[in-house]
Amino acid sequence: MKLNAKIPSGPIQDKWDHHRFSMKLVNPANKRKHKVIVVGTGLAGASASASMAELGYQVETFCFQDSPRRAHSIAAQGGINAAKNYQNDGDSIWRLFYDTVKGGDYRSREANVYRLAQVSVNIIDQCVAQGVPFARDYSGLLDNRSFGGAQVSRTFYAKGQTGQQLLIGAYQALSRQIHAKNVRMHPRTEMLDLIIVDGKARGIVVRDLVSGSISSHMADAVVLASGGYSNAFYLSTNAMGCNVTATWRAHRKGAGFANPCYTQIHPTCIPVAGEHQSKLTLMSESLRNDGRIWVPKKKGDTRKASDIPESERDYYLERRYPSFGNLVPRDVASRAAKERCDAGYGVGPSGLGVYLDFAQSIDRLGQEAIEARYGNLFDMYQKITGENPYQSPMRIFPAPHYTMGGLWVDYNLMSNVEGLFVIGEANFSDHGANRLGASALMQGLADGYFVLPYTIGDYLAQSDLEKVSEDHAEIRKAEQETSDRIKKLLYTKGSRSVDSFHRELGRLMWDACGMSRTQSGLKEALKKIPEIEENFWNQVSVTGSEGSMNQNLEKAGRVADFFEFGKIMLHDALAREESCGGHFREEHQTSEGEAKRDDENFSHVSVWEYTGANQTPVMHKENLEFEYVKPTQRSYK
Amino acid sequence: MKIHLKVWRQSGPNQKGRLEDLEVKDVSPDSSFLEMLDVVNEGLEERGKEPIVFDHDCREGICGACSLNINGVPHGPDRQTTTCQLHMRSFKDGDTIVVEPFRARAFPVIKDLMVDRSAFDRIIQAGGYVSVSTGGVPDANGLPVAKDDADEAFENAACIGCGACVATCKNASASLFVSAKLSHLRLLPQGKVEAKTRVLNMTQQMEEEGFGACTNTGDCEAVCPKGIAMKNISSMNVDLIKSLLQS
Repeated sequence: MKLNAKIPSGPIQDKWDHHRFSMKLVNPANKRKHKVIVVGTGLAGASASASMAELGYQVETFCFQDSPRRAHSIAAQGGINAAKNYQNDGDSIWRLFYDTVKGGDYRSREANVYRLAQVSVNIIDQCVAQGVPFARDYSGLLDNRSFGGAQVSRTFYAKGQTGQQLLIGAYQALSRQIHAKNVRMHPRTEMLDLIIVDGKARGIVVRDLVSGSISSHMADAVVLASGGYSNAFYLSTNAMGCNVTATWRAHRKGAGFANPCYTQIHPTCIPVAGEHQSKLTLMSESLRNDGRIWVPKKKGDTRKASDIPESERDYYLERRYPSFGNLVPRDVASRAAKERCDAGYGVGPSGLGVYLDFAQSIDRLGQEAIEARYGNLFDMYQKITGENPYQSPMRIFPAPHYTMGGLWVDYNLMSNVEGLFVIGEANFSDHGANRLGASALMQGLADGYFVLPYTIGDYLAQSDLEKVSEDHAEIRKAEQETSDRIKKLLYTKGSRSVDSFHRELGRLMWDACGMSRTQSGLKEALKKIPEIEENFWNQVSVTGSEGSMNQNLEKAGRVADFFEFGKIMLHDALAREESCGGHFREEHQTSEGEAKRDDENFSHVSVWEYTGANQTPVMHKENLEFEYVKPTQRSYK
Repeated sequence: MKIHLKVWRQSGPNQKGRLEDLEVKDVSPDSSFLEMLDVVNEGLEERGKEPIVFDHDCREGICGACSLNINGVPHGPDRQTTTCQLHMRSFKDGDTIVVEPFRARAFPVIKDLMVDRSAFDRIIQAGGYVSVSTGGVPDANGLPVAKDDADEAFENAACIGCGACVATCKNASASLFVSAKLSHLRLLPQGKVEAKTRVLNMTQQMEEEGFGACTNTGDCEAVCPKGIAMKNISSMNVDLIKSLLQS
């Protein structure tokens, strides 16, 4: 596997400008002749599809949902970062760049992050021009808030529904291009394999989820914008349909998978209520701006929160991290909550919860002000738990939420497979080992609106792409393999539900590869997965037929891929003998329990190569150079 | 809790459907309505039977995928709550619950409780956007927008496109959905420019899709999980008449 990051030379602030000038352009008349496939219609996929169609490319876009508007970006709540410095509080492109590299615990690629910070300012302009109704103040100008560990107010927001508003903006831009017949949209269609011809990604195999028919679609380039893999844990804040299949199938065809062990556990989620639970609900961490996190000072204190006097409360984040307090980054906040609960101070029926208390903010600002800021989140909390958070503190606990790992890409967002581009959460590039709040929306839209539309043109202009005949052997082979796999699932005719296997895998992954990891736990899990996987293939019950709408079959295929994927997550966590960002190895911590990085040996991206079913994958390294932000011990004290 | 379900089963768009009776035992009041259906489905799968098909995804009340007529009401008994956010504590032990798909000519049934709502996408494609391409736009703060206008635009943009407004309407009208999008864009200076053509194009597409006319019964506002207001429909009608007179 060859890994050439293709980082342009020159000072970091000039790299993107110079690169844009040096890239080859496709003549406007020739753009019509190039077809591009996009898989996924979240922020990255929808914005990329619309932008490429506007430029004149023929675009074919696929999503498994019934409408492109339903992709899971829609659920993002808090906001989107941009280095606009509208608040005159000292923000700049440099500061956003610095914060993101530091927040990522020095495990991201400097040049990519700098470009992200640069184009962040264009994103806000673009979204406003589309009619995205961001929050404004009484002057009519845009409002900002500080978010997730930033000391400047650079986050733009639309109540607690920022992801929804940005996605609707991108969806509408996409709809305009569908209407103009520049994009052919295929909803309720799932990608099940990648087709590679002469070493280049040239198409995908899909299943029409309504009719069940398998078909292939060919193009000059394939763009994966299929999101992350948090559902490997079964319980996560991802939507029920989120899955790893598109990226995993591409990985099996040769695309390197980078840093799969970097997963983000979000600190402010509603605790698990019981066995029946199908997913976890996140509540925007913007809540931490006005809420204070605490647990009782006494172990196993069962008194009601309101009966515990101030002097008997432990505001543990404020105590441990006086300068950042409740606003420490996500990985730090999550681990601190786990530490208190493991030590026996957790609250709620399961003991796996901490309080997020608004009483003082309500006293200071009034209930109305709190309602205006977080009304929809408070309502959601009440609907789910049946408790009123205006009267008693919320109970929260960390939950899997976002995955920083993903398919490896170079500076042009192309994977090691030529013609296969990966954008948004599906790639690995910008967040290192930990993503800062309000940066996922920024990255998805940066990739889709402002990076990929340029870089894909450079690839198309320089590549020799002969037409692939419809009965090419690679197409037939990929279709056959897909169809065989489906038949195998249907013919098992066991008696255990797909969900029961997903739950079993999820629990194993959460225990061994969740908020903290140990060598022995990871090794043990690596032994167990093949056993559960074997049971799955022998005992699973997939009813119905292949030739019709069959949600059970869809789910079974996704879970089967999570079994295969889970193993490289464990291998990666095992190989990374250090703690960094969301990856916490218990063997590698400071005496105060903070993550201990090992820059000498692990300042690299771990890129895994697929070597066959049940074979140990092979790891390759991309070394990370830090020329502008010197790695230091990340301290929020 | 013990629940008696009467669930609509229909194997395909052109097949005849029927209500199937199912007993569900040991339902936790803390589980969501869809988690209750998950439990039913796992039981069906274990017995080699086909699970009930229904649309759902985010389960946070924001993606708009979930639907269901529950005891005749889209999204069930709780106000401003999507089906995925409805919890079993809203029902009583021993209740009989009738679960049907959203019913409208423009939303044909695909299977069981799943319907095709792509008509909504085609209405947006007909003009539910600001015609700007990527790049070359002015600075985001170049054009101030009065806070009240921005807030009202946001309230209308909060529509999740679930189709409850259509499902509850005796005319199966999509007026609330269409008018919310028109108001969202018309209230902002960026969207105002194309307001006249937008109202013509979107309402024409609405008719072509087979949605009925609005007779102001107000059921749509009552069931909308996001609280979108009916006054948008009057604004739409005023704008439509103005545009028709001018064109």
